[in-house]
Amino acid sequence: MGQRNVIPFGPQHPILLEPLHLQLVTEDEKVVDVVPSISYVHRGLERLVEKRDYLDFVHIADRICGLCSFMHAMGYCQAVEAVMRIEVPARALYLRTIWAELGRIHSHIFWLGVAADAFGYESVFMQSLRVREEVLNVIEETTGGRVIFGTCKVGGVRKDIGSETLQGVVRRLTALRGELQDLTDVFINDYSIRHRLVGVGCISKEDAYTLGCVGPMARASGLGIDLRTLGYAAYGELEVEPVVENTGDCYARCLVRIREIFQSIDLIREAAGKIPEGPVDVKVKGTPNGEYFSRIEQPRGEVIHYVKGNGSKFLQRFRVRVPTFSNIPAMIKIMKGSELADIPNIIVTLDPCISCTER
Amino acid sequence: MTEQQEIVPIRVGELVGEAARLYAEGHRLVQISCTTLESAYELSYSFDKGYRLQHLRVTVTQEEEIPSISIIYPGAFLYENEIHDLFGLTVRNIAVDYRGTLYRTKVQTPFSIENCPVPVPPKPKQEAPKETGEAERPEEQREGSGE
Repeated sequence: MGQRNVIPFGPQHPILLEPLHLQLVTEDEKVVDVVPSISYVHRGLERLVEKRDYLDFVHIADRICGLCSFMHAMGYCQAVEAVMRIEVPARALYLRTIWAELGRIHSHIFWLGVAADAFGYESVFMQSLRVREEVLNVIEETTGGRVIFGTCKVGGVRKDIGSETLQGVVRRLTALRGELQDLTDVFINDYSIRHRLVGVGCISKEDAYTLGCVGPMARASGLGIDLRTLGYAAYGELEVEPVVENTGDCYARCLVRIREIFQSIDLIREAAGKIPEGPVDVKVKGTPNGEYFSRIEQPRGEVIHYVKGNGSKFLQRFRVRVPTFSNIPAMIKIMKGSELADIPNIIVTLDPCISCTER
Repeated sequence: MTEQQEIVPIRVGELVGEAARLYAEGHRLVQISCTTLESAYELSYSFDKGYRLQHLRVTVTQEEEIPSISIIYPGAFLYENEIHDLFGLTVRNIAVDYRGTLYRTKVQTPFSIENCPVPVPPKPKQEAPKETGEAERPEEQREGSGE
């Protein structure tokens, strides 16, 4: 048996965008145990339901995370609408779908840049963020904000997108496909990246299911779990097929995210073609009295928003279970037995969102 | 689109057995959450199979100990540590027990009954009693009054 060392990884590390601490127990160069530690950015957002009524709280939900901003607001609104039995207009559902997919695109492109930077491909990082700027411009023109959308509300959405603007969005995203294809081809086909990712950080389908993996991490292991197939928002009218790979390694997780970028562009085009005319919101009367678990598919996986009201304008409980929280046990399982030098690759392909995790 | 969700209330002593049954049936653990009530806590264990969500609901007091299900669902250890740190509940035999150091907050157990008030629901409106001797108005006039 080699000598055991405990190496602290994080909370500050060049590849970590947000603070996460891992105690890596190593024998020579192999990791034999991992103890994760969070709570560096715990903000206690869930208790803010005491201070903000259920209509205002959507602004807090928007700010749980920057990358998954819109979908947190959407999940929260869906939960409150289910409790209050509010029928959201069809046009608003389509707009929510379009903005959700725009959020997925910009999140995955950002991940691509960060992953490339982690391997030393700074040019790919810069090109990814340049391409992402076009998506952020679209988001800003349609919502007013680049990262925090602020357009979802209980009962619908706050803004409409005109048909000409919508067609313009589709044209711009279609034009972006070519650049994205070149960028992702460089990433996928590069010998060094394949050498560092193929066969690294494998998790089997059975382990991924037992440990509660969600999102691209689960789909890369062959689990076709994609909450969009439930049909919430306007997904029931669109053709959503889970993007699945079977090898379960870091390379498969990268492939899943890259393919989902192109899938999201196709979904936005389809939604823009099918969106009906009509109002974008309904008047909300009364207060929530009941409970509901709302589930949606964020860029990182399944997110649960639990809402409980007792008739007061302030909710009794708001709880978010984010996908990274669910993927951490699988991350520990993957890291045990891997090489120390592969730990950054594993973390990067997990795509953790710590601000979501700690709330 | 509203999902059909089943909430099954159980006793705390039945928790591990029910979790084992659901594991054997192929359910995955989705989440464990806790809600502060007036004088108790309400735990919801959510499981999914084939996109069908079902929940086990356990109501406990501060003094009761909750058995861990991390021996069945290894990923449960994070949720159980979170519940211990934020709500102050005791969960027995967690596979990886952080002993109160998962969430380091300035206020200890910020979601406990002492720290987390339950919002007061509005009182139901009571109809004003009718004055004695008031003549009954005809139906047509009543329809025109009010909102």
